[in-house]
Amino acid sequence: MAANRRHFVMALALALGLSGTVPAADQRTFIPLIARGFQHQFWQSVKKGAEQAAQDYKVTISFEAPEAEWMVDKQIDMLAAGLARRPGAIGLAATDSQAVIPLLRKAKAAKVPVVAFDSGVSGDLTATTVMTDNAAAAGLAADKLAALLGDAGDVLLLAHDQVSTTGVLRRDGFLDQMRKAHPKIRVIEVQYAADPLKAAEVARAMVQAHPRAKGLFCTNEATALGAGKAMKEIRKSGLVVVGFDSGKGQKDLINEGVMAGAITQNPVGIGYKTVEAAVKLSRGEGVPKVIDTGYFWYDKSSMRDPRIAPLLYD
Amino acid sequence: MALMQKGRQQLLAFGSLAALVMVFGFLRPDTFLTTENLIGILQATTVTGVLGIAATFVIVTSGIDLSIGVLMTFTAVMAGLFLARLGWPLSVGIPATLLMGAAAGCTSGLVITRLRVAPFIATLGMMMVLKGLSLIITGARPIYFSEVEGYEDISTGSMLGQWLPGLPVPNGVVIYLLVALVASLLLNRTALGRYAQALGSNEEAVRLSGIDVGRWKVIIYALGGGVCAIAGLLGSSRLNSAQPALGQGYELEAISAVVIGGTSLAGGSGTILGSVIGAFIMSVLVNGLRIMSVADEWQLLLTGIIIIIAVYVDRLRQT
Repeated sequence: MAANRRHFVMALALALGLSGTVPAADQRTFIPLIARGFQHQFWQSVKKGAEQAAQDYKVTISFEAPEAEWMVDKQIDMLAAGLARRPGAIGLAATDSQAVIPLLRKAKAAKVPVVAFDSGVSGDLTATTVMTDNAAAAGLAADKLAALLGDAGDVLLLAHDQVSTTGVLRRDGFLDQMRKAHPKIRVIEVQYAADPLKAAEVARAMVQAHPRAKGLFCTNEATALGAGKAMKEIRKSGLVVVGFDSGKGQKDLINEGVMAGAITQNPVGIGYKTVEAAVKLSRGEGVPKVIDTGYFWYDKSSMRDPRIAPLLYD
Repeated sequence: MALMQKGRQQLLAFGSLAALVMVFGFLRPDTFLTTENLIGILQATTVTGVLGIAATFVIVTSGIDLSIGVLMTFTAVMAGLFLARLGWPLSVGIPATLLMGAAAGCTSGLVITRLRVAPFIATLGMMMVLKGLSLIITGARPIYFSEVEGYEDISTGSMLGQWLPGLPVPNGVVIYLLVALVASLLLNRTALGRYAQALGSNEEAVRLSGIDVGRWKVIIYALGGGVCAIAGLLGSSRLNSAQPALGQGYELEAISAVVIGGTSLAGGSGTILGSVIGAFIMSVLVNGLRIMSVADEWQLLLTGIIIIIAVYVDRLRQT
């Protein structure tokens, strides 16, 4: 009986060991991508792009992310597990750019190149960064909102959180651009909401508190969807709402005229370029230090533009 | 005696609510005390308020249901599956969604009574199972109800406003108050309510008097699940989409509302009216602080302190 169990354990270990070497067995480079989330549509599009590149370059990828963007510790576990599988390169969208440094040092020592995507890690521990320039993208939102308001008036800002890199960069990018380029526009209040239902309540209260506000910028899909629905509920007119990213809900609000437009990133491009850079690095080829995948303004009239449409997701 | 005590408890909660409204009304008379904002507060209370009603039944039996927030999400996803993906008519899809909620609650109840797993752990497990299921069924993408005629109106339309143009109260609010009324009757006037309260104060005595304790518990958890499904319909109707990532954390807001309303986590006593008032206290507080442009961080801090004070005052009154 005991011997049987030992055999079983050995067989199990063998099976696990074998499955662990599958990528090597079929000679394909293995590239794990560790993202900050997977529940937003945005990440699903990044994944789509990554899978496309994996097909084109004939490599095996995995796409993992913690359940919530603040679960820094879970992401570190995933990164450690990814490294242990001896990958050709790693793609990482860090939840916390400081907390990952010890593991990135380990990767460097093991000569595993790391491609940062969506958000960067300071220092030279990553080979390249594939991302949207979030601050500049939010700056474009500020310019568009300012133009729609005739370059004067009070505006509100609804951000998705006060700690994540994208939350901070988009908030500050918007505020800086308004201060620098549009001195007659005052951003009178900044609030936060993590999900669309909360965003609806927060947006309603903000508009209630500042009836003379003329504009509202929402920094991601969830805040834009919630705030847009709230403006529709109270039939608020004379308030220009500008969003970020896409999703069917936000696109509908733009088509209905509740929202003026939004900034879209190129999520599929981020996924594709990340895997492409990882493949090149694993072959010892060089890549530029920063790969900007771009950002674009879209509104009701440009939504079907062949240059914009592929960047928008449902 | 018990009835008088309950009455006093609700009076205290209602007094706190009235005081909050007066304070904010005094500080921001022209923005807080407007029809539009008061309707906004009512609308903001519907989802957590309905979840609070679901939680009350379970808490009265001295149980706890941590899965209610995610159960709301799961039922919203099921509504999306039935109505948007399979194209069922509302008259079939809505009852089916309510049944799915009840089935999920029933499962929790069976795990607690048949497998003898403590409610905290059983419903924690259910929370993860339901979250996983919601993400799997949707492929981690929202399901939109854009093609479902009339779905958005369930929560945001206003039948009352058509009769009384001066009072455009959204349907969601009316549904919430109707659910509260029916729940209150169930808890106070039926055998189910009596057993729920008896289970919370002395389960052994109930068992010894020959009542099938397990069966009633399962029924109560199933009822709670069905009520969560109403919250799922209201929330997804408002966003016109089932958002699979939303929901976790709402159970704690609902439980806070129940506790502020004077229901003891030890079980045995509780009222739906108390939970309704508790839910309104929470949303008036949050709305008022937002209207005053208090930063998010401070809102959280103040809400936490107020929950503790509310429960402490309640404890003082009881001793």
